[in-house]
Amino acid sequence: MLRRLVFAGQLLFTLLVAAFLIVPAALSMLAGVTVNYFRGIRSGVTLEWMVQVWELYADTIFRSFEVAFATLVLTLIVGVPAAYALHVRGGRLSRLIEEIITLPLAVPGLAIALALLLTYGGFGAFRGSWLFIVAGHVVFTLPFMVRAVMAVFAAIDVKILDESAASLGASPWRRFRDVIAPNAKPGILAGSLMVVTLSLGEFNLTWMLHTPLTKTLPVGLADSYASMRLEIASAYTLIFFIMIIPLLVAMQMLGREKRSAA
Amino acid sequence: MSLAARFRLRASNATGSGAAFARLCLLPLAIVVAAFFVLPMVRLVGVGAGGPKGLAAYAAILIEPRYRATLINTVVLAAVTTIASLLIATIAGLFLQRNRFPGHAFLVAMLTFPLAFPGVVVGFMVILLAGRQGLIGDVSLRLTGSKLVFAYSLGGLFLGYLYFSIPRVILTIMAAVEKLDPRLEEAARSLGAGPWAVHRDVILPALVPAFVASGAIAFATAMGAFGTAFTLATNVDVLPMLIYTEFTLAADLAMAAALSVGLGLVAWAILALARSFAGATVAAAG
Repeated sequence: MLRRLVFAGQLLFTLLVAAFLIVPAALSMLAGVTVNYFRGIRSGVTLEWMVQVWELYADTIFRSFEVAFATLVLTLIVGVPAAYALHVRGGRLSRLIEEIITLPLAVPGLAIALALLLTYGGFGAFRGSWLFIVAGHVVFTLPFMVRAVMAVFAAIDVKILDESAASLGASPWRRFRDVIAPNAKPGILAGSLMVVTLSLGEFNLTWMLHTPLTKTLPVGLADSYASMRLEIASAYTLIFFIMIIPLLVAMQMLGREKRSAA
Repeated sequence: MSLAARFRLRASNATGSGAAFARLCLLPLAIVVAAFFVLPMVRLVGVGAGGPKGLAAYAAILIEPRYRATLINTVVLAAVTTIASLLIATIAGLFLQRNRFPGHAFLVAMLTFPLAFPGVVVGFMVILLAGRQGLIGDVSLRLTGSKLVFAYSLGGLFLGYLYFSIPRVILTIMAAVEKLDPRLEEAARSLGAGPWAVHRDVILPALVPAFVASGAIAFATAMGAFGTAFTLATNVDVLPMLIYTEFTLAADLAMAAALSVGLGLVAWAILALARSFAGATVAAAG
């Protein structure tokens, strides 16, 4: 009897916590397609707000994808070889490098953005282009890519694979292309999903680095929260949810696969 | 030369060129990190010390009453958020890891779904809960006749940070509970310990590393969270907002730089401390 009471109490508590997280998200999705949120869903369902968001902010949506894609390409080029080198080299220098590249996880985005502005603010063309935002996103997301790939290397003991390929006379480049990179695929996939999700939602850095001509989706979101009616802000948020939910689901599925494989 | 010796020689040659290849692999990383992180951070520290106040700008965070009050505000808010998220996530995480029931996977998915929400969106969630057209105001209007609106105060910010931290902390706690050795609990129970004693003396002490790791993340994140504060804070003084206003409104670059170096140091130190204690990799979230 007491056991069931305790179970029910804990379940109720957990459900309440879930409600705290889910109810506002559901409300915002609902508000995005409601004619008048103040009067409730009885006022009717409409796509009018979505259309208005598209007219006002379509460019921010495309730019966010552009930035996320460029960030992904750069983190792949920079991060995957680096993860390999850091793993096979080992030693104190490698640990120090790892420590430095994971610092952006601890240092608030605002500080990194300020640092970038103080250093490159004078280079007008670079500062005004969307590539300035990409630079910030690469610094911020790089540790996630490097760590995801290194985790796979540690799990499959890539050193032995590498050495056996070397003993068969494969050149370092061939080893990397034909042995290392294919084996790192799960880590590269996990890292890529993380990088794209983080880049699409990044605000702290982007707010400081953007110009009126290089607004991204989260910057537009903040703008709509401050100056648009609730329905438009909600419709815009709904578009953001539609963009990131597939990525989140893919990440959860990947995580489950890994757990059941372990 | 024997075949085996030739084979060894070839392998060692390959590893020799491998070292050069490894250095080549690190080159892009070195360039990007040096140009867009190390150099800018060094510049930030320099600008912080280069204002009219000089190095004293760094001391101003602690000495000047306005900055100190903001710092205390921020630290207290982050500490309260951390304790509340740990409490909530421990109860829910223990329950979810120990019980299986229909809808379990769905409930876990719902609890971790907001993990990738940026701070601005979390701010909007708080507005929908506690803002002028919010759910809490609606319910309180019907129940008590007065509309409860607190999204734009310290309470709203607390709600937002809680929203942000709970999914992260729950995941860490659930993973730690999964790794607990059930034999310890069985031993305690067979020695006559009740469920309360088992929790107090066996389960909770074993979870301390998870508490430290996830608590440090929650604390550091709450200290530096800008997006949520930006969306909500019309009249709340927290460190990230102070840095932002020093930079944009007051155009005091040196002070903004000094304050953000201070904020970065505090966040980094907390995570490094937690890591040396808990041994796990610990990172703040944006």
